[in-house]
Amino acid sequence: MVKHSLLKIATTAAVAVGVSLSAFAADPIKIGSVLSVTGGAAFLGDPELKTLQLYVEKINKEGGVLGRQLQLVHYDDAGDASKANGFAKRLIDDDKVDIIVGGSTTGSTMSMVPLVEKAEIPFISLAGAVVIVEPVKKWVFKTPHTDRMAAEKVFTDMKARNLTKVALLAETSGFGMSGKKETEALAGKMGITLVANETYGPKDTDMTPQLTKIKGAAGVQAIFVFGFGQGPALVNKSYKQLGLSLPLYHAHGVASEEFIKLSGPAAEGVRLPAAALLVAGKLAANDPQKPVVTGYRKTYGDRYKEDVSTFGGHAYDGLMMAVEAFKRAGSTDKAKVRDAIEATKGYIGTGGKVTMSPTDHMGLDQSAFIMLEIKNGDWTIAK
Amino acid sequence: MSILRRHHVLIILAAVLLLLPLVLPNNYYYDIVIRMAINAILVLGLNLLIGFAGQISLGHAGFVGIGAYASAILPTHFGWHPLLAMAAGATIASAIAAIVARPIFRLKGHYLAMATLGLGIITAIVIKNEAAYTGGPDGMPVVALALMGFEISGEKKWYWVLAVVLLFSFWAARNLIDSPFGRALRALHGSEVASQVMGVDVVRYKVAIFVLSAFFASLMGSVTAHYIGFVTPNIADFFHSIELVTMVVIGGMASIYGSLIGAILLTALPQALSTFEGWETVVFGAILMFCMIFMPRGLVPTLAQRFGGRESEGD
Repeated sequence: MVKHSLLKIATTAAVAVGVSLSAFAADPIKIGSVLSVTGGAAFLGDPELKTLQLYVEKINKEGGVLGRQLQLVHYDDAGDASKANGFAKRLIDDDKVDIIVGGSTTGSTMSMVPLVEKAEIPFISLAGAVVIVEPVKKWVFKTPHTDRMAAEKVFTDMKARNLTKVALLAETSGFGMSGKKETEALAGKMGITLVANETYGPKDTDMTPQLTKIKGAAGVQAIFVFGFGQGPALVNKSYKQLGLSLPLYHAHGVASEEFIKLSGPAAEGVRLPAAALLVAGKLAANDPQKPVVTGYRKTYGDRYKEDVSTFGGHAYDGLMMAVEAFKRAGSTDKAKVRDAIEATKGYIGTGGKVTMSPTDHMGLDQSAFIMLEIKNGDWTIAK
Repeated sequence: MSILRRHHVLIILAAVLLLLPLVLPNNYYYDIVIRMAINAILVLGLNLLIGFAGQISLGHAGFVGIGAYASAILPTHFGWHPLLAMAAGATIASAIAAIVARPIFRLKGHYLAMATLGLGIITAIVIKNEAAYTGGPDGMPVVALALMGFEISGEKKWYWVLAVVLLFSFWAARNLIDSPFGRALRALHGSEVASQVMGVDVVRYKVAIFVLSAFFASLMGSVTAHYIGFVTPNIADFFHSIELVTMVVIGGMASIYGSLIGAILLTALPQALSTFEGWETVVFGAILMFCMIFMPRGLVPTLAQRFGGRESEGD
């Protein structure tokens, strides 16, 4: 008996030593990334890169994945899709990465898609547009919500308030134009009539001409603004100046403290859909997303002394889903990892609850968005 | 013998292009060489305008964009054959160049720079806003280029196509510079008044070279679009124009092979510097600054003078 257990201990020890030896000897798992860290889309790429670096470091300190360390190989495409295409070749052919997490803009992502499909390597994009996952591409996944989801959330809320005649005001940026296209396509299906359709430039400083036109549109009941950055805040100001009282909606992504500060009292009563990350403090204590988003906010804030953005959150979700897929696949075999990502079920991230399937490579639904209203200079969850 | 002497650099270039595939380890390196070739041809066309004729263009990427989007839009939305679309793009770019050239070239110096800058920016704005056709800021995919049932796709095929185009362009540019046309261009660069007195139709030559370089730019725009398979408005934007002008200046103005060196250097540098972790822009800028301070005439002319003891025209 004693002999038997001694043997057992010896075997276990031998196995343990073997495992740990092979763990030390193993090459790191290479995570490739192409992000727009500089240039016009730096507001996306900068927090994304910071997040990836922070969490790769953190995961490595905690022992890595599958007993192997993670290695982040990242390049900056400066917002240029053609450069992203070149760097993707570098990641695939030269660095021989195990997975690619990144592609800050839709353009960069789409220029990389044919390459990853051909090389058969799992790719988790951090860009917004629907085209990335529709039609479904075997090796391509994405973490951010789509502009269509934001429009759907807004229209659902409008319909609940019996507002069906809507004026659309979109920004001529990538974000705004893509949103405009989706909103127009969705309006008919949801029984919403667009009675006015205006645009403004991302660097415009006054939106009164567009809003004056909207004010004059026949039967207009609500305004929906699709923009990002300071533009939407300026819309709020022009809106107040003109003394408009129509319900005003914004798209997702403007939800930051900065937005309220820039708009001042003009922000009062404005509604918008937002991911839980931006209102972490307002979530109910039993909300499953609460620990994830508060944890990410704290880790990121402690390290970089700046506020989190949705985009950093997308990178967090992308990395974590990749790590989970490696664990579930038990290897870095590309086909197995791809299958594991596709089998992601109930992953709770900063963007919402993700359940992927062979026909859905994003895995988010309407519950990922919360409808917010600004009251007394602060966010409240709209009822 | 005389052909050998006249074209010795061209022959070396051909030999290098022939042997290069033996040492290129993978597609990524092919990709860099292909991008170098595309840039070299673009820069060559621009150098004819800037270096030889002495006219600045800060909006050249606009023409590249016209070619790229012609190759993207016409086959996708209207079912045109890609080659026809490429020709259409080049024709449109040349036509626009011809129309705007006359008023634009009445301007000189900063005003000429401003006018060409405006032209490039307007093109970029049109591309960004006509989202129904161009896909807007997110860009659009481009169909593969097929010639008589033979599809040009993959780095290795593109490599050979561009190697041939590159050699042909340099041969053509070399001959152009040594022709009466080239001599007239250099004359008007030296002194417009003197060349006019000597019977050179200054305006006609300026327009001709502007149209020619726009034509080159549009063709290479089409090639880029087909090669990458996806096009975004970045290709037409101001920064791309500046990148091209920088290649001309660093390589050497009025130097055919300076265009090649400038393109090779500025395509390879960002790749080589990408390991500097956020400092790449700083290092890149510093290298450009030192080049300009110590070799204000560009790499090739400066080095040719130092080591060759003579400045060979056009080399």
